[in-house]
Amino acid sequence: MSKLRQVFNRGLLLIASTLFSLPAFAVREYNLPEPASTITREIYDLHMLTAWVATAIMIIVTGIILYALINFRKSKGYQPDMEFNHTWFGRWSWALVPAIVLGIDFSIAGSATETLGNIESHDPADVTVKVTGSQWKWTYEYMDDDLKIVSNLNKDIPADNDLYLRDVDNRLVLPTNKRVRFLHTATDVLHAWWVPAIAYKKDSIPGYINETWTVIDKEGVYRGQCAENCGTGHAFMPIVVEAVSPAKYDEWMKGQKVAMAAAMAEASSDKIWDQAELMERGEKLYNTSCAACHMPTGAGIPGVFPALKGSPVALGDMSKHIDIILKGVAGTAMASWANQLNDLELAAIITYERNAWGNNTGDSTQPADIKAAR
Amino acid sequence: MSEATAHDDHHDHKPTGIGRWLFSTNHKDIGTMYLIFALVMLFLGGASAMVLRMELFMPGIQIVDPDTYNNLLTNHALIMVFGMVMPAGAGMANWMIPMMIGAPDMALPRLNNLSFWLLPMAGTMLILSMVISYFPGTGTPVNTGWTLYPPLSVQSGMGMDFLIFTVHILGISSILAAINIVTTIVNMRAPGMTWFKMPLFVWSWLFTGLLLIMIMPVLAGGVTMLLFDRHFGTSFFDAAGGGDPVLFQHLFWFFGHPEVYVLLLPSIGVLGLIIPTFSRKPLFAYKPLVWFMAALTALGMVVWAHHQYTVGMSLDATTYFMIGTILISIPVGMMLMSFIFTMWRGAMTFETPMLFGIAIILMFSFAGVTGVMLAVVPADLQYHDSYFVVAHFHYALIPGSVFGLYAAVFYWLPKWTGNMYNETQGQIFFWWTTLSFNLTFFPQHFSGLAGMPRRIVDYSPQFADFNYLSSVGGMLFGLSHLLFLYIIIKTIKGGEKAPANPWEGSQIGTTGLEWTLPSPPPFHSFNTPPAIK
Repeated sequence: MSKLRQVFNRGLLLIASTLFSLPAFAVREYNLPEPASTITREIYDLHMLTAWVATAIMIIVTGIILYALINFRKSKGYQPDMEFNHTWFGRWSWALVPAIVLGIDFSIAGSATETLGNIESHDPADVTVKVTGSQWKWTYEYMDDDLKIVSNLNKDIPADNDLYLRDVDNRLVLPTNKRVRFLHTATDVLHAWWVPAIAYKKDSIPGYINETWTVIDKEGVYRGQCAENCGTGHAFMPIVVEAVSPAKYDEWMKGQKVAMAAAMAEASSDKIWDQAELMERGEKLYNTSCAACHMPTGAGIPGVFPALKGSPVALGDMSKHIDIILKGVAGTAMASWANQLNDLELAAIITYERNAWGNNTGDSTQPADIKAAR
Repeated sequence: MSEATAHDDHHDHKPTGIGRWLFSTNHKDIGTMYLIFALVMLFLGGASAMVLRMELFMPGIQIVDPDTYNNLLTNHALIMVFGMVMPAGAGMANWMIPMMIGAPDMALPRLNNLSFWLLPMAGTMLILSMVISYFPGTGTPVNTGWTLYPPLSVQSGMGMDFLIFTVHILGISSILAAINIVTTIVNMRAPGMTWFKMPLFVWSWLFTGLLLIMIMPVLAGGVTMLLFDRHFGTSFFDAAGGGDPVLFQHLFWFFGHPEVYVLLLPSIGVLGLIIPTFSRKPLFAYKPLVWFMAALTALGMVVWAHHQYTVGMSLDATTYFMIGTILISIPVGMMLMSFIFTMWRGAMTFETPMLFGIAIILMFSFAGVTGVMLAVVPADLQYHDSYFVVAHFHYALIPGSVFGLYAAVFYWLPKWTGNMYNETQGQIFFWWTTLSFNLTFFPQHFSGLAGMPRRIVDYSPQFADFNYLSSVGGMLFGLSHLLFLYIIIKTIKGGEKAPANPWEGSQIGTTGLEWTLPSPPPFHSFNTPPAIK
């Protein structure tokens, strides 16, 4: 109840402050963002063309109606012209008006068809990124470099900051002035990857691979978010693309590969990890990979996503716990994690789930156990 | 002669008590029940919309959780489309079409009773589909939006099953009503009421009825396949089992796009009566208008995939759907032109129905031009699923169909109740509702272009200004309907007595049979066919 009252008070405050400071009301963005790639610039021009044609039509229609409203009033003593329907205009308007509309239509359709052809061109690309939507995160795979990035919402930004719901933990890094091809797919439900400044949208559909492309021509950070309703977390799937020069991109890619090799070596080493280490890594990984459904408190959402706190899986047999995480649960939102995380990461998450929020099993599992269970 | 009068009197004897309504086969009573049902649904759907707008008042989650938000969103759409606009249109058809064509009643009066009484059942199921998910063990609420796209709709909980059965019952109700109306128009016209003497409203319902008969079975089939995917192990829409999630979208929009015309056409028909009445001049280009309406019906059946440009269709298919969609501007432009040139060189007065009529022409033209923008595929790949789309279809559906129904209510209230509504109150309602409607939806064009997707419970502060305006407008828009309700109740209860024909120009250029009957009309009208000039 107090939350409602808080909303109400803030609302009143907002209304009052708006009324007294109308000039301060500044709208920042009201059109498609400034395009930063060749293809979105072409789309932007087409958008502006149709928008201006629409504006012109509205001005003409409004003008005719206003003229009629001012002049043809009974209160001014105007007599209806009962012969108007039988004038040449009355007889031929059925052909005349559609002909004019058809002319406008074809001039729009002409330039649209050309742009559409460019969008659907399948020229060879310099960089190919497979974009996979899942509830509720994006996974980017650089197909030529065997690199995978998982991108989650950055939850640390407060609601009054401009980056609220528009920032992620891991950005997608792309080179400028190279043709980038995106391959869109999804693991569970429909999603749509949309960054208006650099990339138009095609749906991510489980079982489909859709293709889009772009050539980014300005360095910068471009933001967007999931555009196709994907359920509970639909509003919380932002996209951040960082476009850098090809030289910087190569350097970044090298750095990522070194880090990836180190992580692989760590995960497959024979080291026996102690529980504290696993718990520390597990907490971080749980919060990025699992907390969207099972909640940071492990309480889940009653009736929708099961709780892990006090659950028979997390407190019971270890092998069953590992099995569910590796294989997923058919017919539910619980996906298989076998190919998404490495052995060490899975061991850390499982250890965390069995010892956090009052789940005091006291046991822990090792990367080697996961490897054996795969 | 006296015998005949006595006979008529006997027929005019109304049944009493609840039986009059439960077992009614009278087109006027059934029409009244349809309209009351629609009015109740209008307030339910409006209340859910106001909760949505309250939640979007500012960034952050304040009132409802994400699933409840999308649950309300789904129900808002379904209640407004199936519970409000379609029953209201059917109610007006029931009331007016027999009187307009000089028929004593609908062709199939008992079917008429059935098609109405299915609705309260369906409405109850629809509301259950929303609330059932708040009981334990019933799974996720219906959070898909009214399009019910799988795989998300396969994940949803028990509410989705209720919704599927709701759609079945609603579909049966609509098909029966449509069959009845089409049959009435084809068979029950009084001698001399030739096709091209029919008022435009009758024509519009002929096309609407035909559309409903063609599209409702497809939706019913689509949701039945969904039900089988959910419970009986089929995989029509599951790629992992060889199915195709996009197939459902094709089935849904094969229904969904013509459905837009089902909502629009009756209101266009109403405008075809109101504009000539208050311009005191016959409808301009009546015959071409009827033919273009037929063209719109045909064209509307074959452009459905413009709702799914982003699913990855072939270049050829996309181009076809783009050209087809852009061509729709021709019949729609023709309709608007016909209304504008009916006003041209007329002698206009501005009673409430006419004010709505003029506002509809302007705002629906605007929806038309944004519609052409959306039809252009490359640009739509940016607009798709953004608030630009939300703004566009609310401009199409609120002025295009809901305001048309309001205009019709003010136009026909004197005929239905025998009392005049208060003109000042009517005009206050018009200005209040039209201005707040524009305050609500005009800013959404801009938040959509700036990158705000639809169906999100929470948004970044960069979209806050437009959403703030929208929410303030939405509250005002919702509240204006209390005045609407007040006017209707007050007019039913009493007021200045209405003459048989309260509008000076209502019989210009049309047969206007309904205005030859007293207000309110007798329980049974035109037991003997009227003479038609």
